[in-house]
Amino acid sequence: MTYTIVNHVLDYFELEQGGLWSLIGAIAVWAAPITGFVAIVGLVSIWLERKISAHIQCRLGPMEVGPHGLLQTLADGIKLLGKEDLVPKNADRALFALAPMMVFAATFVSFACIPFSEKAIIADLDIGIFFIAAVGSLEAIGVVMAGWSSNNKWSLFGAVRAATQVVSYEIPLSLALLAGVLCAGSMSLVDISQAQGGWIWSWFIFRNPFMWIMFLIYFIASLAECQRAPFDLPEAESELVSGFHTEYSGMRFAIFFLAEYGKMYVVSAVGVVLFFGGWLSGIPAIDGIGGITGNLIGAGVMITKSFLLVCVQMWIRWTLPRIRLDQVMDLCLKYLLPISLVCLMLIAVWQGLMPTFDEFGIAMIAAMALGFMQMRRIYRKAIEASKTRLSLPTMKV
Amino acid sequence: MQTQAYLVVATLIFLIGAMGFLIRRNILVLFMSIELMLNGAAMLFVTFSRQLRQMDGHVFVFFIIALAAAEAAVGLSILIAIFRLKHRVNVDELTELKG
Amino acid sequence: MEKTLFLILSAVAIIGALVTVTRKNPLGSAIGLIVTFVALSGLYFTSDAPFVGALQVLVYAGAIMVLVVFVIMLLNLPEGELEEEKIPPRSWALAFFSVVPLGFLCIAQILSTKFEDKEPVGEGFGSVKAVGQLLFGDYLLQFEVVSLLLLVAIVGAIVMAKKRL
Repeated sequence: MTYTIVNHVLDYFELEQGGLWSLIGAIAVWAAPITGFVAIVGLVSIWLERKISAHIQCRLGPMEVGPHGLLQTLADGIKLLGKEDLVPKNADRALFALAPMMVFAATFVSFACIPFSEKAIIADLDIGIFFIAAVGSLEAIGVVMAGWSSNNKWSLFGAVRAATQVVSYEIPLSLALLAGVLCAGSMSLVDISQAQGGWIWSWFIFRNPFMWIMFLIYFIASLAECQRAPFDLPEAESELVSGFHTEYSGMRFAIFFLAEYGKMYVVSAVGVVLFFGGWLSGIPAIDGIGGITGNLIGAGVMITKSFLLVCVQMWIRWTLPRIRLDQVMDLCLKYLLPISLVCLMLIAVWQGLMPTFDEFGIAMIAAMALGFMQMRRIYRKAIEASKTRLSLPTMKV
Repeated sequence: MQTQAYLVVATLIFLIGAMGFLIRRNILVLFMSIELMLNGAAMLFVTFSRQLRQMDGHVFVFFIIALAAAEAAVGLSILIAIFRLKHRVNVDELTELKG
Repeated sequence: MEKTLFLILSAVAIIGALVTVTRKNPLGSAIGLIVTFVALSGLYFTSDAPFVGALQVLVYAGAIMVLVVFVIMLLNLPEGELEEEKIPPRSWALAFFSVVPLGFLCIAQILSTKFEDKEPVGEGFGSVKAVGQLLFGDYLLQFEVVSLLLLVAIVGAIVMAKKRL
């Protein structure tokens, strides 16, 4: 009966009938590599996070399973698979089951538009960056669903905090994305990367004097988007148990975890494409290789750069304390938003008036290095001053 | 033929939205029904702009989406103000202006 | 394949719309509406409007619906409130006698019209560049008016939702 109705509909609109299988085939062909990559990214980043946090705190971290605990995450994943899948008694079952998938899907789909090298990209959309921003914004809904359906006060608080934070920080984040689009004149991530060809100083972060401010804004906003410390209020474990995923256990919790690390990789990869030349290594001789070798080298460079940014995110998480909610909103609406608007305007003016030349990029690198050294000196001096003023007693063990 | 199929879907969504607007009493659901109707209209624009090979329809959808954003901001803040005053979300009980 | 995609997406969109208007709990409605929006965005992608499709997800599903869900949770409706919703018979009558004839008229008209099939759309149809050129060319004035409207909406929302001015 149903079959005939479907057939009638198909015949009426002159639709072909074998289409479903080709659709399923296409989904399988394209989704399988992304799934594998997301899983690997999750495994590696969770291991990295544990190692980095351990070394920051003068510990060793996981050492037992595999060399230097490399397989620890895999073991934990298997453990989570075997755990009981609890659903609270008064939870909204359908939404409770749907929420982790929604959060994961938002991250997962973004991977389709991220280029690993010139040819290694699933979908080189004309609106690539716009698409990633759009899909990423769906994550907030998944988080809110998770928090609400758990029927737990702490989860709900976490969800409300997450929604506030993600929606607000989307604005400076999008403005920072626009800065890269302005410099490249295209929204396709492949075009943006290719616009940064040449030596290292043709990367967009050295293109004009405002791009590095935009990068800082992008980085801060992406930390907030991923709900990483110091913006981890939605899952602040000392106040909210663990926020919106308090009630989740077993595989569903693992999916949330995977989505978080996947998201970290996505924002880092987009940051690399926009500001650090994507898969280009910054040396024309290497970038000009082409062919399969060139693409492989490009993918290696891209993944290395992205993981470096992921490591910076982890470094910040284990260094800075959490800030209050009002401080989070103040930072976004009173500082990041106006600064990014002004910067965007200045970048547009610069882009319209100034020609692009290499010497400026070199000067930018020199200026940034000098500034960094100066800041380091000031910081050292401040530490020395505070030591002498407080005259800290030396601890005796 | 494809154009017809898209138009039928757009009409159905508009009609469901209209139906919801007329029969439901919860002001939040009414708001969402309006969004459904707007989306049905937007889809008509997209379909016709493909049929006619002109992109003006896309521009209009852009405007519709901007309008919906403005509507959501103002509408929801009115809703919050009403709820703060009356603690009700049923439109049949909000009869202050009937005199 | 594209047509199968169309069938799936349109079915999802219509089911989502039905869920939106039939759920008792407004949060369930909101989730249904989000599903509809995402499915509609997929339909925009299949009908050669990628820019509009991405815009739909970004603004509707990502911003407006988060706001709606937020307000629903903020109001935190008491349990009794949800049960009270009684639909008076006159609403049913009104809905039935207005929407059903309208639907029949529209769909009959659509099905009886013959739309000529044209060759596939050209390269760059519906891309950001093409829509942007139209938006900042022919529709510049309208664009500016919309931006003014958004500004007014921001101010209005703040004025209305604030407890004390």
